[in-house]
Amino acid sequence: MDFEAIFGSALRSALGPQAAVYALLAIGLNVHYGYTGLLNFGQVGFMLVGAYGVGISVATFGLPLWVGVIVGLLAGVVLAIILGAPTLRLRADYFAITTIAVAEVLRLLFRSGPARPITGGPFGLQSVANEFYAINPFTRGIRMGPINYTTQVSWSLVVTWGLVALATLLVALLMRSPWGRVLRAIREDEDAARALGKNVFSYKMQSLVLGGVLGSVGGVMFAIAGSTVNADSFRPQITFYAYAILILGGAATRIGPIVGAIIFWFLFSGVQVSVRQMQGSDLLPGFLSGANAVGASALVLMGAALVLLVVFRPQGIFGDPRELKLDA
Amino acid sequence: MSARVRAFALSIAVLATLMVALLAPAIAALAPAAAAPLDAATGDALILAQEDDEEPAAEEDEDEDEDEDEAEASVLFGTFRNADGPVEGVQLTIAETGGSDLGEAVSGENGQWEFEVPGPGDYAVTVAALPEGVELRDPDNNTVEVTIGTGRRAVPLALGEGAAVSGKVALFLQQTLSGLRFGLIIAMTAVGLSLIFGTTGLINFAHGEIVIIGAVVAWFANIAGLHLVLAGAVGVAAAALTAGVLDRGVFRPLTRRGVGLFQLLVVTIGLSLVLRFIVLIFFGGRSQPYAQYAVQQRISVGPFATTPRDLVIIAIALVVLIGVATGIQRSRIGKAMRAVADNRDLAESSGINVERVVSVVWIAGGALAGLGGVLYGTMFRVSYDFGFQPMLLLMFAGIILGGLGTAYGAMIGSLVVGLVTELSVVYFPNELKTAWALGVLVIVLLVRPQGLLGRRERIG
Repeated sequence: MDFEAIFGSALRSALGPQAAVYALLAIGLNVHYGYTGLLNFGQVGFMLVGAYGVGISVATFGLPLWVGVIVGLLAGVVLAIILGAPTLRLRADYFAITTIAVAEVLRLLFRSGPARPITGGPFGLQSVANEFYAINPFTRGIRMGPINYTTQVSWSLVVTWGLVALATLLVALLMRSPWGRVLRAIREDEDAARALGKNVFSYKMQSLVLGGVLGSVGGVMFAIAGSTVNADSFRPQITFYAYAILILGGAATRIGPIVGAIIFWFLFSGVQVSVRQMQGSDLLPGFLSGANAVGASALVLMGAALVLLVVFRPQGIFGDPRELKLDA
Repeated sequence: MSARVRAFALSIAVLATLMVALLAPAIAALAPAAAAPLDAATGDALILAQEDDEEPAAEEDEDEDEDEDEAEASVLFGTFRNADGPVEGVQLTIAETGGSDLGEAVSGENGQWEFEVPGPGDYAVTVAALPEGVELRDPDNNTVEVTIGTGRRAVPLALGEGAAVSGKVALFLQQTLSGLRFGLIIAMTAVGLSLIFGTTGLINFAHGEIVIIGAVVAWFANIAGLHLVLAGAVGVAAAALTAGVLDRGVFRPLTRRGVGLFQLLVVTIGLSLVLRFIVLIFFGGRSQPYAQYAVQQRISVGPFATTPRDLVIIAIALVVLIGVATGIQRSRIGKAMRAVADNRDLAESSGINVERVVSVVWIAGGALAGLGGVLYGTMFRVSYDFGFQPMLLLMFAGIILGGLGTAYGAMIGSLVVGLVTELSVVYFPNELKTAWALGVLVIVLLVRPQGLLGRRERIG
């Protein structure tokens, strides 16, 4: 067992662009779940339309990247309205079911054969972010102690974490405003907010759009960081990772999603590298030696962590237990 | 104490009924052997043997593949022949597993075909069209999944004889039957999900994993040498046990601790991940057939061409569902279930032991889900991940269509969903069939959110 390698690799992904993308997803989810009490189980759908907005504009239609980014964000707005219109007036469970279903249907549609001329079908779309890397100011990659990133990764890492900081600031300011207080009032007692003359449906829709667009920003950066878009990156698990991150860091807190993303990716990739190393040195019982065991054991642990967190510390690391007394 | 004993006795009774129902295929299995010229069991053995030959080679390839990069191309190939010799003009489509088409291949004069795939991975080879008078040995399983490393990999698809389906009308009738079959299975699994919601208000996102546990435990028992009928009973029992443990061990204590419904929802999601990936570790990522009834000769029943296996599946599902409906309508515990689903507090204050009712709902619902999983696995194949997509999503569509929380609504809604799913194949691509069912869900939410049988009440 090479603990230094495990630590380095875990830290590398905890600070890498992928963790930043998940932080963006979790910030969006925080607006839904943390501040408004919407159980959005389809955050990955917003990520998908953001990523494909970039991918289709650039790789299929040959438009400049900035057009793709705008298309991706608009797609997030449209998806939020389509999702919200039939379900936001209904009870929370209908919303939960519909979001998870719609996100999965989007994935099936985008990866299907008939959609191949536009979305690339199961092959996805490649080289979507050449313009982004053409303006890369880094001539040397970032080096910090045991970890280092290539020049390309450094560039997308800085931009993505920069967007995370901006999104955090934006959400923090919005939640301090009267608008944010209405959202929290809806979370605490929807009927009370309605009785005070607030248009609950409209506020919920605005919250869904805001959080959804933040998810789409995550998708846009995901497409740019990998320079590819593939439908199979957008499995429903992604949403559950984002929930784990949010609940870990603390829902309805400002820096919860950031801290959660860093810790989550540190542990998630730490576990995977450890299992792989233990497989290499034959330290594991037979049933854990298969090729699937690396990813699967990390996911089992993550699922268990999600359960334990929700039950024993629903406020997460930074959360206030008095906030978030959610009950349907 | 006596309540517990009665709950236990009842769950045993439910299991026993299911086992009896499951025994039916044993009788049916004798019939096709006499009716069909080609013994179903022999065909079965042939194909399995073929696969066994191939597997070690494929796995070696995979191992090598991790060490070195893709120097060699990956090619799928096969040969079609029947009693008259090689068969020319069999059209195949090749797709990534669970995904969309990569391309087509046609068998040549010598009956051979080959197709180069983009790289190592799991692929599904589907027979798209057959020359006239030629039929697959198992017409319902026209898709074979293979795993390929680098190099060449034979695809086991065998031809046989039987009634061919041609024309849109025939296809429509055929798909109606498939839809009925699929809808009944969804209905069986969805009843539990809907009743759990009705009695506790909890949407159990781990219900698909209970289905999987039924199917996978049955597979292991089957591989260990038990006949599928007995193995199925073991699987059903395992699923019921899992559901019982989830109720007693997780959700009841958490509800007593005062954990809110929102949190419980996240708990079910966490549990579904845990269960699904534990199954992946033990079962592996490939889809596997059961040892019996995987391949059968097709017989003609009126305008339908179907296999005895499918008729038995439909019969079992119908018997079980009618039994469940009668039980809910007539029996004491069934009435109690409806009362609790209707108004929990009122039921409790009129002396119904709500926790016991909830227990029975979980265990019986789990057993039904497990049976659905076994039947699904018999019909198609067993894999670690069919519980979420398509099963759970289609269950959701079914119970929302029928009315969330009702038992009969779940059955009717699921039947509609099954029919929509299979009939969409007549006009639209196969890979989008789940999407159509979920499209129905969204339309229902827009037009009649309480569902077909749901009460008009304020659900906003």
